[in-house]
Amino acid sequence: MKSAQHMPHSQSSSTTLDKLPVRAVATIQDIKTGHHDGGALKRRLMELGFVPGERVQVLRRIFFGHGPLAVRVGTSTFAMRKLESSLIEVVVG
Amino acid sequence: MSAATPTVLTPPLIALVGNPNCGKTALFNRLTGARQKVGNYAGVTVERKEGQFISPAGQAWRVLDLPGAYSLLAATPDEAITRDVIAGVRNGEAAPVGLVCVVDATNLRLNLRMVLELQTLGVPMVLAINMMDLATKRGIHIDKARLQTELGMPVVEAVAVQAGGERALLAQLDQLDWAALPSPATPRPMERIAQTAVEGTHRRVGQLLADCVTMPENGSKLTANLDRYVLHPVFGPLILAALMFLVFQAVFSWAAPPMEWIDAGMGQVGDFVKTHMADGMLRSLLVEGVIGGAGGVLVFLPQIIILFGFILALEDSGYLPRAAFLLDRVMGSVGLSGRAFIPLLSSFACAIPAIMATRTIAEPRDRLVTILIAPLMTCSARLPVYALLIAAFIPDRTVGGIFNLQGLVLFALYMAGIVSAMLVALVLKKFMKQGGAQSLLMELPDYHVPHLRNLAIGLWERARIFVQRVGTIILSLMILLWFLSNFPAPPDGATGAPIEYSLAGMAGRALEVVFAPIGFNWQICIALVPGMAAREVAVAALGTVYAMSQTGDALSTALTGLIQHAWSLPTALSLMTWFVFAPQCLSTLIVVRRETNGWRTPLAMLVYLFGLAYVASFAVYHLAMKWVG
Repeated sequence: MKSAQHMPHSQSSSTTLDKLPVRAVATIQDIKTGHHDGGALKRRLMELGFVPGERVQVLRRIFFGHGPLAVRVGTSTFAMRKLESSLIEVVVG
Repeated sequence: MSAATPTVLTPPLIALVGNPNCGKTALFNRLTGARQKVGNYAGVTVERKEGQFISPAGQAWRVLDLPGAYSLLAATPDEAITRDVIAGVRNGEAAPVGLVCVVDATNLRLNLRMVLELQTLGVPMVLAINMMDLATKRGIHIDKARLQTELGMPVVEAVAVQAGGERALLAQLDQLDWAALPSPATPRPMERIAQTAVEGTHRRVGQLLADCVTMPENGSKLTANLDRYVLHPVFGPLILAALMFLVFQAVFSWAAPPMEWIDAGMGQVGDFVKTHMADGMLRSLLVEGVIGGAGGVLVFLPQIIILFGFILALEDSGYLPRAAFLLDRVMGSVGLSGRAFIPLLSSFACAIPAIMATRTIAEPRDRLVTILIAPLMTCSARLPVYALLIAAFIPDRTVGGIFNLQGLVLFALYMAGIVSAMLVALVLKKFMKQGGAQSLLMELPDYHVPHLRNLAIGLWERARIFVQRVGTIILSLMILLWFLSNFPAPPDGATGAPIEYSLAGMAGRALEVVFAPIGFNWQICIALVPGMAAREVAVAALGTVYAMSQTGDALSTALTGLIQHAWSLPTALSLMTWFVFAPQCLSTLIVVRRETNGWRTPLAMLVYLFGLAYVASFAVYHLAMKWVG
């Protein structure tokens, strides 16, 4: 929704979870609404604990970043594809 | 335990509800023991588990183990069932009088959210904090009294995997004054769930954790350490391959001795009947139809139990979702979700539980494709056919120094199934509209040591279903086949074997017209007909057909030796190919119909699999003819 292009490159660089390097810790800023699901995926992600303010960490990437991610949030770990991880806006740190 | 139920009324129904992986089913097993009824919810193949138990006060209870759900805003068919039963709108299901909300003590942050969600419905509830033993070991302390006050519902601790771990829950059920609780009014205010903002509930969970729980660390050390290797880009796939190798090795080698015992046992029963009964129609029916038929199928029980034992243990340990994670990219390339791995693995035992397991796949298209290709995985029912044909036609010799030719052929048959499944999925991906990118979103739960008692209960269930199938469908078909191949009796002065004049013989000859181009003789055609009911019956049927169509000494010849002379190598290869593809299992088609709510999918499945089988067999038969010369 928001364009991050003309944002100043400060220490709080905003990105999405799928672009986060492995092991880096980030804080969730916002969950975007998916394209065709009327917000169902956003709601489910939030129900699983991906709520703005929560800390997340990418534990694993399979296939050099082309496969699914294993993501830690709270006390749970979830596997997700780019479809889900690209909806999660985060700030590194 | 013949418990005298204190009332003549149906005992009150409570339901266990909770997130997946919270140990809900273990608690269900602990409460009910073997007193379970496992079936399906009307109209779908989501497994329905109901059991009974008696609380210390002598009250009888019925308890329903609802499918695991993360939310009542359902994303999968499984979750929809849980939602509908709780809402009291599921056809044929009474709404439970109360809920036992099961949570994993080591993952309250995730689990408590649904508890709060359920609470908005005003249903009487008890919170059971399960896996307290693990929580204590990890130094997690939960202030139960405070949590009870904050939540405003009874809270008990539970350890589902320990004897007596259910005691607090039972005592609580007895203590509850159910009449004083909010009445289980139906329909329940389900609209409240969508109206409640997730952020608010999330904050409330955070507050509850801050007030009532002290947690020294952030997660299971064991899980983090294991995942370093299990999810590793290089070691992960190697571990997966090694595990799969172990599973199939076990299915083939460990199952051999018990299979021989069953075989020998059934043979002895047959001999006993033969020596103690006068020769005649009834003896023939008993020995060839009943004992021979059922025995030929029961032999596979050990293989099915071993395969399911591994699947259940892998599932219980938390490994299966990781396998799905590792394979997601490969499966994704043919348009499937990594989640399809779990049903497809089950399909090597039997397609029916596999199709039932697809219920965890959220995307309808993904689920449909997984259902359609599941029968291409070589199920254990095809093994007897392969075993018979390989023993008879493939020489037992070593090739390339280390490989056994028979083993290689069996491996090739398995691979043929897997590769064609991937190709079919790829074709379906091109032809079926995909609703954009596909979701995976799957929890990777903490590892647990599989619990033997739960494994035993799960295996017992599988074995029971299989034996029931042998006892009903397969046995009645064998008896029917016996009648068809004995009546009408041959005319006086007939020179051929009696079966040639029977109804089965006539049907076989009629079918031979269709199957001659792929090298099948009329005996094979007869065996294919009951083989439609269940593939494994084909071998028993061939036995029946051949044993009866021979005269004199040939009756005693083993089937292997017999077909070696009666069939050509191209015919045998063609039949093996046929079995890789042919949808010869009515039960699978019936399950698919029930699962997809109509005949469209099972019919499409029937047509595409028959078409594939015929084309492939035709090609193999004619290539082999050329090659043999």
